[in-house]
Amino acid sequence: MFWTSYFLAVLALILAWPVPVLLSRAQWPARSPFTAMVLWQAIALAGGLSMIGAMLVYGLEPIGENLIAGLRGLAGMVLRNEPTTALGFWHLFALSAAALLSAHLVFTLLLTYYKIERQRRRHRQLLELLASPSDDGPGTVVINHDSPVAYCLPGGARSVTVLSDGLMAALEPDELRAVLIHENAHLSQRHDLLLWAFAAWRQALPWFPTTRLAQTAVNSLIEMLADDVALRTESKGTLIKAIAIVASGSPAPGAERGPLAMAGTGVEDSALSATGGADSPRTTASRVSRLLSPKPPLARGLRALVLAASAMLLAVPTALLIVPGLLG
Amino acid sequence: MASLGELERAVMDLLWAGHEAATANTLRDLLAQDSAAVDGNAGHQGKDLAVTTVLTVLSRLEKKGLVERERGTRPHRYQAVSSRADHTAELMHEVLGSAPDREAVLARFIGSVTEGEAATLRKLLGYN
Repeated sequence: MFWTSYFLAVLALILAWPVPVLLSRAQWPARSPFTAMVLWQAIALAGGLSMIGAMLVYGLEPIGENLIAGLRGLAGMVLRNEPTTALGFWHLFALSAAALLSAHLVFTLLLTYYKIERQRRRHRQLLELLASPSDDGPGTVVINHDSPVAYCLPGGARSVTVLSDGLMAALEPDELRAVLIHENAHLSQRHDLLLWAFAAWRQALPWFPTTRLAQTAVNSLIEMLADDVALRTESKGTLIKAIAIVASGSPAPGAERGPLAMAGTGVEDSALSATGGADSPRTTASRVSRLLSPKPPLARGLRALVLAASAMLLAVPTALLIVPGLLG
Repeated sequence: MASLGELERAVMDLLWAGHEAATANTLRDLLAQDSAAVDGNAGHQGKDLAVTTVLTVLSRLEKKGLVERERGTRPHRYQAVSSRADHTAELMHEVLGSAPDREAVLARFIGSVTEGEAATLRKLLGYN
C-alpha cells in the first residue's frame, strides 16, 4: 500500500509538471495532431487519477490491505460508527483532501458546463433574431458585420456556423468552402467536448502548469485537425489564403487598415495577445507554418508507440488501485 | 401559424425598424399587414394572430432582456432595449473579445493575431 501511494504521487508530480512542459515544446504534435490529442487526454486523466489515488491509498493504509478493503473499512466508520482510532491525523487529512479534490473536480466540470451552455444559449437566442440563413446549407447563418469573422457555436442538433458579411465579401467561393469544412469538422468531431473538459481542468487547477499547457495545446490541435479535414477536399493554397485573409482582417490590396470596425478589434486583439489568451497568436502562426512547410506525418510505428504510452498511462494507475483488491 | 421563434424575429424587426414604443395591438396589426403583403391573400395569418399571442411573444422577449415595457401607460407600450446594430456589436464582442472562457463557448476560424503577424500574412498574400 505504501509503495502504491508513493508511486502514484510521483506519477502525479511528473504528469503535473515535466511531462506537459516537454510535450508542449515538442514539434511532433503538428505532424500527428490526433495522436497528440489522445496523449494530452491520457495525461490529464492519469494525472487526476494518480493525484486522488495517491492520497486515498495513503489515507486508507491503516485500515485495509488494499484500496477496496480500505474503502469498505472507511464505509464502516462513516455509516456504522465503527471506531476510527486506526486513522492518524495525516491519514484523515489525506482522505479529506482526496474527497475535496474529487468533489472540486466534478463540481468545476459541471459548473463550467453550465456556464458554457448559458453563454451559448444566450448567443443562439441573439443569433436567431439577428442572423439570416445562408445558402451554404442548413446550420449556416450570416450576420451583418464588416470584419471577416467565421465561427461555430456547438450545441448538438442546434449547432450553428456563423459567417459575417465581411467574410463572404472577402473570400472566393473555394476559400469560403474551406472555412465551412473547417468549422463543420469542429462540430462533427465534437471538439466542444474537448474544449469543455480542458477548460474545466484549467479552471479547477489553475496553478498547475499542466492545465494551462494542456488547454493551449488542445486549442491549437483542434485547429490542426479541422485544417486537415479541409485539406482533404480543398487545396493547401486555398486554405492558406483563407486563413491569411481572415487573420489580416482586410483583403484589399494596399489597404492601410480594415473598416472602422476592424480598427477597434485590432486594438482589442493585441491586448489579448499581450495577456496571452489560451488561443494565443502562436496557434495561428504554427497553423500557417505547418501548412507552408509541411513535415511528413509521424511514422506509423511512432504513432502506435504514443498511443500505447497513452493507454499505459491510464492503465497503470487504474490497475494499481483496483487489481490488488480484486486479487485479495 | 408562424412559430413563436419566427414571431419573435418579426416583432423584433418591427421594433428595431420603428424606433419608438408600440402596443401589442399596433404590433399585431403591423404583423398582419406584413403577412398579407407576403402571402398576397388578405391577412390570412393576421386574422389568426391573436393579441394574446403577441403578448406572449413580447413577454418572452422581455424575459430575454430584448424588449422593455414603458411603465405607467395602459395598454403597455413596448420598445427594443437596444438597436439591432448594438446587439450585433455585443455578439461580435463576445466572438472577438478576450473573455477568458470564450474559447470553450465557440470555435473561431482564426484566433487573435498580432499586428506584426497580420502584416506577415498580408505580405504572404502579395499585398503591400
